Amino acid sequence: MADRVVVKDLYKFFGAVEAVKGVNLTVKVGEVVVIIGPSGSGKSTVLRCMNHLEVPTQGAVYIDGVHLEAPDTDINAIRREVGMVFQQFNLFPHLTVLDNITLAQRKVRGRSRAEAEEIAMAQLRRVGIPEQANKKPAQLSGGQQQRVAIARSLAMNPKVMLFDEPTSALDPEMIKEVLDVMRELATSGMTMVVVSHEMGFAREVGSRLVMMDLGQIVEEGPVNEVFANPRHDRTKEFFSKIL
Amino acid sequence: MSVMGPPEIQRDATRPGVPAPRWFGPGEFPYWLVVLLLFIGYLGYLTFFDPTYAGGRRAIIPGIFITLRATLGGFFAAVVLGLVAGLGRISRNTMIRTLSTTYIEFIRGVPILVLIFTIALVIVPPLWDALGIPRRPSAEIRAMAALALIYGGYIAEVFRAGVESIPKGQMEASRSLGLTHAKSMRYIVLPQAVRNVLPALGNDFIAMLKDSSLLSVLGVRELTQQARLFANATFEFREGFLVLTFLYLTMTVSLSLLVQWYARRLERG
Repeated sequence: MADRVVVKDLYKFFGAVEAVKGVNLTVKVGEVVVIIGPSGSGKSTVLRCMNHLEVPTQGAVYIDGVHLEAPDTDINAIRREVGMVFQQFNLFPHLTVLDNITLAQRKVRGRSRAEAEEIAMAQLRRVGIPEQANKKPAQLSGGQQQRVAIARSLAMNPKVMLFDEPTSALDPEMIKEVLDVMRELATSGMTMVVVSHEMGFAREVGSRLVMMDLGQIVEEGPVNEVFANPRHDRTKEFFSKIL
Repeated sequence: MSVMGPPEIQRDATRPGVPAPRWFGPGEFPYWLVVLLLFIGYLGYLTFFDPTYAGGRRAIIPGIFITLRATLGGFFAAVVLGLVAGLGRISRNTMIRTLSTTYIEFIRGVPILVLIFTIALVIVPPLWDALGIPRRPSAEIRAMAALALIYGGYIAEVFRAGVESIPKGQMEASRSLGLTHAKSMRYIVLPQAVRNVLPALGNDFIAMLKDSSLLSVLGVRELTQQARLFANATFEFREGFLVLTFLYLTMTVSLSLLVQWYARRLERG
């Protein structure tokens, strides 16, 4: 399988804070890579470098072989192929659910309003809330908002989806509805990189688990292997705390 | 036949479960407004029904037309200028940022009255020549240009604050979908920012309406100048300036209530 995302020797410093220190990671087409680790371990920063929301201090990120940091790379062209789902949903509060999902389709993909709305409704049905199309985000529950955010990304037909702690801001009873959508997405063959501590999800659909600590990858491998037999002390300690 | 139940509580139909909002909470009753309205009412009575005020009324009220025209024209231009300068102030381009910041800080550092003289008498005429317009600008045009340039600097800061009040995640989500920085600003950040700053813009409009009285120093025959001319000619100072006060107060208080009403509505979401 071809490499979809390649992170090469990535360093990211915020002033004196060394958030990421030499990360190498390859995500193949169709893989679901789950990144875990304590807060401040640099996992979100690595994810955000994958669509250039953070600019690496050193090192390189490639999407389908295109070097994101190269000066002649059109970053907007890359981003329309890379979906991103945030912890805080980041829906556009002044637009209806439907407009949230059609805006980028029309302004970036150049689709007509009718076509964009048709695709938006199909994605809303996929995430299970077509009846919310004409509401404003503030009228929805957290779980519904996050599902709209996923639909908004999917409507752009991305080649890879990045999830930055998608269930961390949700009440417990809403986590499942979001994970169900993500599970369906993984099963459908979408390439996904997920920063999350949802071990059930990782075990069920994850192809690979990546454990980060202090800005570095301390362990990685097939999910069940790492689970059953964590080699690194830091990973064992982490599992004992969250499981 | 319906089943008897507890009496229905009056609810806000748009937000189920939330009692309909009351105009004023306990202890919030705006007594100041009652006093102010009584005062306005008294001045209004004098202006329109007291025969000794008839001369002042007839001389001054026509000035309202020029006051409103200068304020509206100046404000419209100031909003355009303020939007450009406000966005320029937070631009990533150093030159644009420097230009905008210089303009804003210049305006904020000089008293309005001094700026009115400087802009109208020193800056506008050569600008007019440079644009190749043969006729010299009228005092009213110069006055409007002065108001626009001055308030453009103040309104720029309003827009800057409005844009900065929008959470970073909005821009990030928009950029993640492939929208350019400019399109993200136009479709995502600015619509939200403008909505948030409308009350502040309203207050600037009211301030500008009041500051338009300073245009009298240029001889523009707006309300204040009319009142001054009238009082100087007739020595009816009390009549002239009470009519003037009545007119300004009526306009500013009603606009201020409108702004407060909108701000409350905005807060309730």
